[in-house]
Amino acid sequence: MDFSAPLCVCLKHKIMLLEIKNLHANIDGKEILRGINLTINPGEVHAIMGPNGSGKSTLAAVLAGRDGYEVTEGEVLFDGKELLELAPEERAAEGLFLAFQYPVEIPGVNTQVFLRAAVNGIRKYHGQPEMDALSFLKLIKAKTKLVNLDESFLKRSVNENFSGGEKKKAEIFQMALLEPKVAILDETDSGLDIDALKVVSGGVNALKTPENATVVITHYQRLLDYIVPDFVHILYKGQIVRSGGKELALELEENGYDPITAQFSEA
Amino acid sequence: MSTETQTIEALASQEYKAGFVTDIESETLPRGLSEDIVRTISAKKGEPEWLLEWRLKAYRHWLTLEEPHWLNAHYPELDYQDIIYYSAPKPKAKLASMDEVDPKLVETFNKLGIPLEEQKLLANVAVDVVFDSVSVTTTFKVKLAELGIVFCSFSEAVREHPDLIKKYLGTVVPYTDNYFAALNSAVFSDGSFVFIPKGVKCPMELSTYFRINTQDSGQFERTLIVCEDDAKVSYLEGCTAPKFDTNQLHAAVVELVALERADIKYSTVQNWYPGDKDGKGGIYNFVTKRGACRGESSKISWTQVETGSAITWKYPGVILQGDNSIGEFYSVAVTNNAQLADTGTKMIHIGKNTRSTIVSKGISAGHGQNSYRGLVKVLKGADNARNFSQCDSLLIGDRCGAHTFPYIEVRNPSAKVEHEASTSKVGEDQIFYCNQRGITTEDAVSMIVNGFCKEVFRELPMEFAVEAQKLLSISLEGSVG
Repeated sequence: MDFSAPLCVCLKHKIMLLEIKNLHANIDGKEILRGINLTINPGEVHAIMGPNGSGKSTLAAVLAGRDGYEVTEGEVLFDGKELLELAPEERAAEGLFLAFQYPVEIPGVNTQVFLRAAVNGIRKYHGQPEMDALSFLKLIKAKTKLVNLDESFLKRSVNENFSGGEKKKAEIFQMALLEPKVAILDETDSGLDIDALKVVSGGVNALKTPENATVVITHYQRLLDYIVPDFVHILYKGQIVRSGGKELALELEENGYDPITAQFSEA
Repeated sequence: MSTETQTIEALASQEYKAGFVTDIESETLPRGLSEDIVRTISAKKGEPEWLLEWRLKAYRHWLTLEEPHWLNAHYPELDYQDIIYYSAPKPKAKLASMDEVDPKLVETFNKLGIPLEEQKLLANVAVDVVFDSVSVTTTFKVKLAELGIVFCSFSEAVREHPDLIKKYLGTVVPYTDNYFAALNSAVFSDGSFVFIPKGVKCPMELSTYFRINTQDSGQFERTLIVCEDDAKVSYLEGCTAPKFDTNQLHAAVVELVALERADIKYSTVQNWYPGDKDGKGGIYNFVTKRGACRGESSKISWTQVETGSAITWKYPGVILQGDNSIGEFYSVAVTNNAQLADTGTKMIHIGKNTRSTIVSKGISAGHGQNSYRGLVKVLKGADNARNFSQCDSLLIGDRCGAHTFPYIEVRNPSAKVEHEASTSKVGEDQIFYCNQRGITTEDAVSMIVNGFCKEVFRELPMEFAVEAQKLLSISLEGSVG
């Protein structure tokens, strides 16, 4: 079943940023994604919702190119390129950003060194010269203001001993720095208090342009009060079972996933 | 049977007497070790009799010892009769151009960013007049001589400064110290000698690289550095460029002597051939290095970056004899593929208020096994001795190993000894996280490893530190993914 298909048709005149066609993926031989279809255009915000274990994080991981997932069928076009053919760092360099649900700690590696490696890695991919230390410093200082991060975090090791809120803010900060075409936020709201949530979503909204797109993966509707989606998709058992506007999220908030999932239990 | 062997046999049957002469013309002695070989080496080098006597005592002592096998690694018993103990330093056949150099070697040079002219020197290609290392060296020598600093080959020192050699040789590492030190004492070929007179601070980093005739110091190298009162020196040993050698065993001895308020900093970058993926053909680097802080408030600091060799076995130590003296040991040891390293330090606190710091970073990848083995010993009279040790291990992949063997012996109740240890792993999720930000796996590993080692790299002279970082990345190439 392909519930997102009508959406594709009506928006086809635009240049598509991300086009997922019939994507199937396994972990350890077990099929987690079972035919995902989704099209994302510039300027759009999509929310992917669904109960635990529906495949939300798997989708994010497969798109970003994490090891351990086997794509068995389907195709993903990213700005016209075959995304699945690219190495994870090439996907990043092409403009795909994943804000991690659990940002990884890298002890001993200074955040500023890490960020510079990222920026220069991407510049190198595009055949551009490395950014010198001074211009880089100016750039990051300007961006730290966006998410209200104390500059001292640049001198600390990557994510080490960061609080949950700091880690998520740091993810959005990196997103601001790398200016991706498509940003996937994987459960960015998890573990955030309301103040941090406001800061993080404020950052995401500020980064929105008519050229880029955001995919918000979340279990709860709460985040969508702050990052208002153009489209909401419900993922269940590895398929998008319903798509709609932001009112779909409110419907979920009201009734829970049960009324929707009940129709699709054991397809 | 060759005439050479006949000569040796003839020599062997000859009684030792003063004025013992040998065939100085022959370039290389036959394989094997005997008292006569020791005599021949000494005679070829025109050494004074006391030095020959010293060599012979060492040899006789060596005969009574057994090859040690307690390190955390296995090596087959070595055939000491199959080693050539003396080969006259002769220039290797020069290659006509860089085109004749092994492309793999050139690739590594380029990765290290070594300038072409320097590459030629290292790869033994005839060097253009533009880069004349000899003239550079000569300029340095003149400048150093004005300050009374002696920096020359060990053989030259024996000829020119016999009193200094006689006074200090074997006083830090006696020939009775261990099996390989005894062997080295008997047959050492050449090495370096540094003497910094009273009150002189050596104005430049001394590097073996700038010493003439270093290429053929051979497998039994001997280094002696003496700093008189209030003198100071920083000495660099080794080179980041890969070093190939057909000799499997390398048993060097390094002795440092620091008198009152003297300060010696000794930095090593060791990149001997580690052998193929299975460690075959790699060098056994069994080295004895020790410094003696004889004077009060003297300081000896060892910094080492060990990336090469099939087996590395060494414990640069400091004997803290003078009151208020300071010993330091900063080490990065990398083992990849089948490499083994058993390294660490010995800090012997004898004087009052002596302080030592140990920072050891072991990195294991592939099937590499890395052991830290360290001794901190505080003797009865060492009031208020302080030691801080930190041993960190980083594992890359799941087939390698890290081991820590700290030995602590304290005989003075006022001593304070601290030991911290940690083991961490370069995780797949760390690599993926870096990848997701546009950083390649290779760059990610190198970034993580350099972050892990930065406390040690900070101790290296600037130029060396930059090269060491690159070297580490190369040593670990292909270790992930």
